[in-house]
Amino acid sequence: MANLIPVIKGARSVLIHTPGLVRYGSKPWREINAHPSRLDELKRSLQPEQQAESYLPNRVFLGKASLASLYETERPWYGRAAPISNDRLAMGEFVEEKKFIALLALADVFKHVSLLEGFWQDASPLLRDSPLCEPFARTTPALVTRERLKAEIEKGEGIPLFAGGDAEPIGWIRHAHHEDASLHAHVLLENLCAKVSAALAMRELLLGQRDVSEPNIDFVLSCSEEAVGDRYQRGGGNLAKAAAEFAGFGSASGMDIKNFCAAPIPALVTGAALVQSGVFENVVVVGGASLPKLGMKFLYHLDKGIPVLEDVLAAVAVWIGPDDGASPVINLASVGRHPVRSGAALDKQLKAIIVEPMNRLELKVSSVDRFVTELHNPEITIPANGGDIPERNYKMLAAVLVSSGKMERSEMPDFMKRKGVPGYAPTQGHIASALAYVPHALQALTKGELRNCFLFARASLFLGQLTQLSDGMSVLLERHP
Amino acid sequence: MDLEVQGRIKELAESLGRANLMVVLGAPNVDSSLIQFETVTRGDPTYSGPLAGVELGLDTYHIFEPAMKAVIDAEKYEELLGTIELALEAETIVQALREARGAPAQ
Repeated sequence: MANLIPVIKGARSVLIHTPGLVRYGSKPWREINAHPSRLDELKRSLQPEQQAESYLPNRVFLGKASLASLYETERPWYGRAAPISNDRLAMGEFVEEKKFIALLALADVFKHVSLLEGFWQDASPLLRDSPLCEPFARTTPALVTRERLKAEIEKGEGIPLFAGGDAEPIGWIRHAHHEDASLHAHVLLENLCAKVSAALAMRELLLGQRDVSEPNIDFVLSCSEEAVGDRYQRGGGNLAKAAAEFAGFGSASGMDIKNFCAAPIPALVTGAALVQSGVFENVVVVGGASLPKLGMKFLYHLDKGIPVLEDVLAAVAVWIGPDDGASPVINLASVGRHPVRSGAALDKQLKAIIVEPMNRLELKVSSVDRFVTELHNPEITIPANGGDIPERNYKMLAAVLVSSGKMERSEMPDFMKRKGVPGYAPTQGHIASALAYVPHALQALTKGELRNCFLFARASLFLGQLTQLSDGMSVLLERHP
Repeated sequence: MDLEVQGRIKELAESLGRANLMVVLGAPNVDSSLIQFETVTRGDPTYSGPLAGVELGLDTYHIFEPAMKAVIDAEKYEELLGTIELALEAETIVQALREARGAPAQ
């Protein structure tokens, strides 16, 4: 019988610079509607592409700078070029806004998006010259003249698209249904951003596999945050299959796994279970980007004279397959869950998802190399009075490990440096929740730098107002034995 | 401190009498503990809420302070707050409030 132990065969990320879309993030959108002058303030504080690309946390996200460089480099990280080390293998690609907007139009099979002819003429050679984007650029999107675009905007049945801080629009997305809030242009734009970014991460996954030219994926699990649907089923779903189609994964089907920011862990666990059970041989877990979270803290950043750092969309794709004798293992015996009876308190939650599986596996703290959870970039959250989220999490985890008798109190102060990961991920919810680290984990576990890492993520279920509970899940990744 | 919370505390102080009201803080760090302490004793330091310029002088303790722990069942305290106390550097909060109480009124 074949060995079906699930392993991670690939993990890659994309980071997409989208300053022109920041205005359509949930907070900027509401704020600009209430105070139109905010738009100019926002535009003045957008980062140019080169600045976003060289921003240290973004380089770390793509594996182009080391995690250690976050400890070694004093903040502020913005406004200074990150040290470039060419000896590092990239784990993903930085995508410019122009290409991404062109891809939004190409991904829109219902032709709600139309682009200015001149914009497409500029963007299409960029797509063709990019190994990552070229496979998407085999058709032409709906194009409009400047006059027609102006007329559409005047009619007002959709929203204009902009590149960077430009005053002139370069495209348009219209409502798909005039009475359906679920098909409002703004919602369609969110869903298209998730679809395109997910498809980019999936193509990037193939680029990372030198010996794979054709995707041979059976099933795609999307753990993206957007709910795709219409007025009769707002969260109808299957963004996974839409992304698989756009990425050219012709043999794949798919479905979505939803669980707020925690979704990547249940998606990895489900994907691994599908492989281990022999249901599917190759499964991709993909987290598409979250447009609503762009510019989430921009008011604080404007107030403090900091550039709008939440100007990137992020996506990650992970390929799970059966044991190949080399790749890191997803240990399904390690899965920790957060039962209803544990309540919502953070310490009880961490006991359920970390301490309980450690006890079950008879693991000591000394035998876990890294605990990995929300890795939000502190330079974004501290100015917004949110504190350093990774640091806070590690303090709480350390306290839970001490009170559970798994660690000494004297080991608390340097726990994060010894056993944690510093924050670098854009505030893209589920992407920051351990998923951003999987490409790093794959590299470190393959090279032998790590023996294992415990991924865990938490979900704020109470945000949906159906329960006051939270949720959480954990799983251990291990170097191949 | 949240403007709504300030309004509610002001109302309660007026209806119950200041001497019959005590505030128990649960803020997770020194800064927010001090701001909340200041707001319900000497008035809103940001001058933006209902307690701006209102010196309520309410008896105020953080849940981590010995005076509060003395009146809570030790086993229950440990179960509900023991780990959180460990994670939040409770000693620095307790010390900061002790100093704030000794400081002369502004």
